[in-house]
Amino acid sequence: MKHVFSVAIGPVGFRIGSDWRAPIAQLETLYGAYPKPAGDVPDFTVRLFAARPWRRVLRPSVMIGGDFVLPEAAPLPLAQGLLAAEMGMNLQMALGQRRYLLLHASVVERDGEALVMTGVSGAGKSTLAALLSLRGWRLMGDEFALLDPETGQLYAFPRLVSLKNASIATVAAEAAEDRFGPLLEGTPKGTIRHFVPDAQAITTMTQPACPALILFPSFGFEPAARDVSPSEVFVRLTQASTNYVALGERGFDALTRLVTSVPARAIDYPDTASAIAQVEAAWAAR
Amino acid sequence: MGRALMFRAPDGRLLARALRLPESTLELDAEGWTALLAIARAEQMLGTLAWRLGEVAVPPAVGRILGDAARSAEQGRVVALWEAEAARRALAPLGERIVLLKGTAFVAADLRAGQGRSIGDLDILVPRAALDRVEAALLDAGWEWVKPDPYDDAYYRQWMHELPPLIHRDRDRMIDVHHTILPLTARITPNAAALLADAVEVAPGLWALSPEDMVVHAAAHLFADGDLAGGIRNLWDIDQLCRQFAVTQPDFYVSLYERASEEGLSAQVQRALRLCWQLYDTPAVGYTSPIRIDLNKRWSDRLYLRRVTARDGWGRATRPVTRMAFYIRSHWLRMPPAMLARHLWTKWRKGGAGPASG
Repeated sequence: MKHVFSVAIGPVGFRIGSDWRAPIAQLETLYGAYPKPAGDVPDFTVRLFAARPWRRVLRPSVMIGGDFVLPEAAPLPLAQGLLAAEMGMNLQMALGQRRYLLLHASVVERDGEALVMTGVSGAGKSTLAALLSLRGWRLMGDEFALLDPETGQLYAFPRLVSLKNASIATVAAEAAEDRFGPLLEGTPKGTIRHFVPDAQAITTMTQPACPALILFPSFGFEPAARDVSPSEVFVRLTQASTNYVALGERGFDALTRLVTSVPARAIDYPDTASAIAQVEAAWAAR
Repeated sequence: MGRALMFRAPDGRLLARALRLPESTLELDAEGWTALLAIARAEQMLGTLAWRLGEVAVPPAVGRILGDAARSAEQGRVVALWEAEAARRALAPLGERIVLLKGTAFVAADLRAGQGRSIGDLDILVPRAALDRVEAALLDAGWEWVKPDPYDDAYYRQWMHELPPLIHRDRDRMIDVHHTILPLTARITPNAAALLADAVEVAPGLWALSPEDMVVHAAAHLFADGDLAGGIRNLWDIDQLCRQFAVTQPDFYVSLYERASEEGLSAQVQRALRLCWQLYDTPAVGYTSPIRIDLNKRWSDRLYLRRVTARDGWGRATRPVTRMAFYIRSHWLRMPPAMLARHLWTKWRKGGAGPASG
């Protein structure tokens, strides 16, 4: 394809080809500190292309293709090309990843131990991960936790943190302006702004961590906390995994091992201060 | 990219070459590997490639990707066999032969063609007289209709060689129930009763076509029924089947030609063997007696190979004109002209017709 960018995110390599220069230029800036795929052979290919040749210039809209595609995926306007690239990479992981059990979760790490935060969209897992990374935790990822069935370790997938709507201001209040991508308004998920992980998260991104605590945060409620039983964690994580079924017995074994060896808590929080305090308390009591 | 391929943009031949000569991958650089893996994935042959390259030293990054593909194919094999077993249990009370077709048959019979192969739907062949009872038994056991469109449903029932596809409500897997191997509207009408009669039992209660019929069916499916989508994989199936059967049956090719001729599919089988030879060096044998089989290259083979290898290093479908030509050809073969016009008109009004939706 005309414009190409390759990048390694954690243990996974991507190649992104595009009919347009703009999304590639943005990726080059935002992923500037990231290494290239191991051995220069990416695991996955993403393609950003025009549905018809004239749509490259005339009302340009970006179709998302790649090794794995969703047949009904709607195109995005060129101004949201960066989002298209991110969605393309996520899609390859969600549909094509077979080495790790994929959990839809954010992960941060301290002292070699990982905190996994999972929940429905809007529960605040991306925001919490970003805020914790500004408080000394290592950001391992805001979208996918990669559980290695062979070792039970978690691998990092520290792509750009995708902040949505109100959480953009929450994180912007604490982080330098140069850590943010362009403001993308009117996307299918509302307003989005990408937040670049810090240098520590990138230089240590191939180091796995041992899972130590699973949290189910819920934003918008009075502070509360409860234990979550292994059986409930198991069911909720099968629902939060895109490749649990595809991995078969390996997926079952990996998930069973995780939920029987790692404690889990649900926390409700009304604001940032309460969330951070509850996370720290749960971490201390794990 | 290796020197031999440096001046030509990669296409499906890169994959064919790697499958044919695994050691040829030793000369690939990172760019060549990236293209090969993208093409293999797009053709749903990454698992097959992983199996073929099992003995060859590959770069570590490639080894990890192929390792994942091999494990994924193994899981696919387990699931395909389980699905066949589920169908067997549902249909056992009918006392009819359940003949597995395509990928599931290859893995159930433990054939080389099944090694690393990706397997989608479960395809089975049953006697036409038993079709209604098979349908009822499957619906009873949790399979449900996929196509809600009454035109599609009626079309399948009147003209196709299979029931409208069914999907299992718990396992989310499709089953295609065939009663012959080509649509009833096609000009060629194979003898389904003979296919069933000569089937071999590969596992208790599960049957596969005879070796000759397996190859004939693969060729019929490729050249008399479709637009050659997945051709590079179908030809690989045929190559592997022929190589394996020829080892145990010295006269395999003679009986293959005889069978093809009985079924009216000689031209398709010969075309398949010619293309297999050109892509994969398949050691098919021509004859002058008792039947005349000439496997020398034909000019038209180039067109077929052009279609079969229409893929670029990004995994994209290329050569749209060739693709469209074979798409039109597939419909031409499938039904008489007036009926084709009516069918395409109905489909076009629904906004569905085109090479992607078929």
